Amino acid sequence: MALPSDYPEPQQPAAVAMRSVCKRFPGVVANDDVDFDLREGEIHALLGENGAGKSTLMSILAGLYQPDSGSIRLHGELVRFRSPRDAIARGIGMVHQQFMLVSSLTVAENVALGMPEPRFLVARSRIEREVHALSERHGLHVDPSAFVWQLSVGEQQRVEILKALHRGARVLVLDEPTAVLSPQEVAAMFEALRALVDEGRSVVLISHKLDEVLRAADRLTVMRHGRIVASGMPARWTTREELARTMVGRPVLLDLQKKPASPGDAVLRTSHLAVRGDKGLLSVRDLDLEVRAGEIVGIAGVAGSGQRELSEALAGLRPVESGAVELGGRDATRWTTRERIDAGLGYVPEDRAVEGAVGALGIDENLALKAYRKPPLARGWQIDREKMTQIAKERIREFDIAAPGPSTAAGTLSGGNLQKVILARELSAGPKALVAAQPTRGLDIGATETVHKLLLGLRDKGVGVLLISEDLEEILSLSDRIVVMCQGRATGTLSAQDANPEAIGLMMGGAASEDA
Amino acid sequence: MRAGGWQVRLEERLESGARRSWMGPGVAIVAAFLLGAVLIAAAGLDPLQIYGHILHTAFGSAWGWSDTLVKATPIMLCGLGVAVAFRMRLWNIGAEGQLWMGAWAASGVALGWLPASTPRPVMLAVMALAAMAAGAAWGAIPGWLKARMGVSEIITTLMLNYVAFQWVCWFVFGPWSERGFQLTPQFPSSAWLPRLSDAAHLSPSFSGLTVHAGIGIALIAAVVVSLLMDRSRWGFEVRVTGDGPRAAQHAGMPIARNTVLALALTGALSGLAGMSEVAGVVHRLQDRFSPGFGFTAIIVAWLAGLRPWAVVVVSVLFGGLLVGGKEIQPAGIPQMLQGLVLLVIVGAEGIARYRLRVSRAEAGA
Repeated sequence: MALPSDYPEPQQPAAVAMRSVCKRFPGVVANDDVDFDLREGEIHALLGENGAGKSTLMSILAGLYQPDSGSIRLHGELVRFRSPRDAIARGIGMVHQQFMLVSSLTVAENVALGMPEPRFLVARSRIEREVHALSERHGLHVDPSAFVWQLSVGEQQRVEILKALHRGARVLVLDEPTAVLSPQEVAAMFEALRALVDEGRSVVLISHKLDEVLRAADRLTVMRHGRIVASGMPARWTTREELARTMVGRPVLLDLQKKPASPGDAVLRTSHLAVRGDKGLLSVRDLDLEVRAGEIVGIAGVAGSGQRELSEALAGLRPVESGAVELGGRDATRWTTRERIDAGLGYVPEDRAVEGAVGALGIDENLALKAYRKPPLARGWQIDREKMTQIAKERIREFDIAAPGPSTAAGTLSGGNLQKVILARELSAGPKALVAAQPTRGLDIGATETVHKLLLGLRDKGVGVLLISEDLEEILSLSDRIVVMCQGRATGTLSAQDANPEAIGLMMGGAASEDA
Repeated sequence: MRAGGWQVRLEERLESGARRSWMGPGVAIVAAFLLGAVLIAAAGLDPLQIYGHILHTAFGSAWGWSDTLVKATPIMLCGLGVAVAFRMRLWNIGAEGQLWMGAWAASGVALGWLPASTPRPVMLAVMALAAMAAGAAWGAIPGWLKARMGVSEIITTLMLNYVAFQWVCWFVFGPWSERGFQLTPQFPSSAWLPRLSDAAHLSPSFSGLTVHAGIGIALIAAVVVSLLMDRSRWGFEVRVTGDGPRAAQHAGMPIARNTVLALALTGALSGLAGMSEVAGVVHRLQDRFSPGFGFTAIIVAWLAGLRPWAVVVVSVLFGGLLVGGKEIQPAGIPQMLQGLVLLVIVGAEGIARYRLRVSRAEAGA
């Protein structure tokens, strides 16, 4: 593996120099003797798997955490941030994955929040003018007088960046900024970031998306288990494969070997489906969908396009407003969740810790969450605990779940292992159709690989899989057919051969395709 | 906090509470007694002497044990019921009212719905069933309101306590009153639960022991609840729903139905407590026969970590506290200790989530 000293030192002056930073949390060392260099005028990507320590490192830079030891120099000067306020005052702005915006306030009001002056009275028109000028100058278009709740996720992100710029940020840290954007929005954002660094600012991009990082960043730093494993390597000097290997610590198969699909009869179908969201508005409208046995149908779309409501309606967790759901050729529109499970519908929910499993219960009990009703687990009114333990042991071996034992509380498992427990449960039930919602969100590369293999294996065994994901790469590499959703509607259907990110991106933005 | 180069911080713990779960109740009881000792000493009394007296009165003799078990019986039954509801995160604080309704229904059976000449086993069985039905209904009302309309069971179960109390008062002061006093006539002896003293002809040592068959009923109930929660499919659903309601929904568990059932079961057990109290102790219904067994049961269930067998043990402990504290001046020491136990437990829940970390403050900067 390349050492930091192998690369030529960049010529620009240092913006940030973090030295020997250590940060411990109970039970983990999040940052272990970390050095990090950021130059003026560069986009620097910070890569690593979940728990590698990249967010912790940047939270230290942004004043959210205090390091246990180590130092930070800002433009050569030793600094010590006691709070985010200190960091902001010194020109460091962080845009978190979860936006910190007040949705009932306008864009301008959100920008004004937390400003040191004036203390009581805010001249709204002045702020609006300032925000407008700022957004025009940096190509971050957003209406300053719009309420935040009216904005798309991409626009909200621009507000966050504007907020940081308005406070005079010279160093901008973006935590996984592209997770919620369509490809076109991503391209626009990278363009805006490039313009910012051309003015001499610096940008840190926390990410685990290899392609994006290679496209957008000047230099890359990779972390693994709290340590730096590659420091400041120029993006053009490396490849996707090398980066993945550096992140994970072993070679990774990035491109899946996929047999051609041989689809059978429809196992899951919707016709003119309409579903209401939590606010009572129609989140899914007039949706026709068909998943046949032995194929993977991918649902692509930016976050909040109705994917969640669709999957819940399919699982019987959300009432259907109009239209129909069919399971195995039978009308299941009014069926309960249990009836759908019994008819062979598997479901990998979006929120695995809350919807997919019970953290306080053991792996064995989580595996029995649906099967407890029937033999062999059910014995009269009783549950056969020995059988439950025995089955759990088998699944742990079969699915390679890393856990001390079958009664280990599910809440103590890593995201990847928890997802394996959920998949083990759903797959062992012998489903005819499986709805997988964001099955690899937040998982590291290794676990993602496992989940993908399991889903493909399921397809090859003749199960119809509906894959709902915001990760376009995942959709493209797994699906046999792709349906793009935008604002609750299907804006296009593509076969895997015809699909490319650009075409899908346009449909995600609402442009209907001709062959829909 | 910083002092001389060292810094002390309160840090949130990450590991879950499995390891400290068994320690919790024991530590809470000891801490409560220590705090209580301070308060007693502050009142100018000798805490050791008072605790010694409580211990001796409650557990120092056969009569002490007998009285303790009598007091423990209703607490145990209500506590078992409350533990089931709490396990499903249903905050039933209506065990007291459910106990009153059970006592009322059992009294109705004894006072004339069945003739006094009814054979004792039949009479007692019908009384028990009627009490369970009345308590179950009293629990099912909040359950139904919660399941169908999302009404908070905390409010409804609490309010129904007052309704139950007034309902019993109306009967006791009105139609069932004995010569205008606020109590009913005594039940026919066929409606009395057998006492240990009834068997004095077998062994003279049984004479004067008022412990009655209610404790047997409570122990059977503990077996049933324990099997139900740990072994049955229904118990599994209750535990899953309590710990992960959304996951239970995703697994297709009948949450609405189980909400009604769990609260009805709590009510049935509390109702049984009411029956055991009127048929085993006072042999009549009167307006203040319960000193708040149903409320004490909440503390007991919580202290027992919602485990049925722990409920049995803790109930006996609290029964002993009631018996031992009876003759103590100032009165109210048992209640004070009960309150302290709850306070310490609730406090410990919060404190246990954190731990102190002492480290060297970083130099420089």
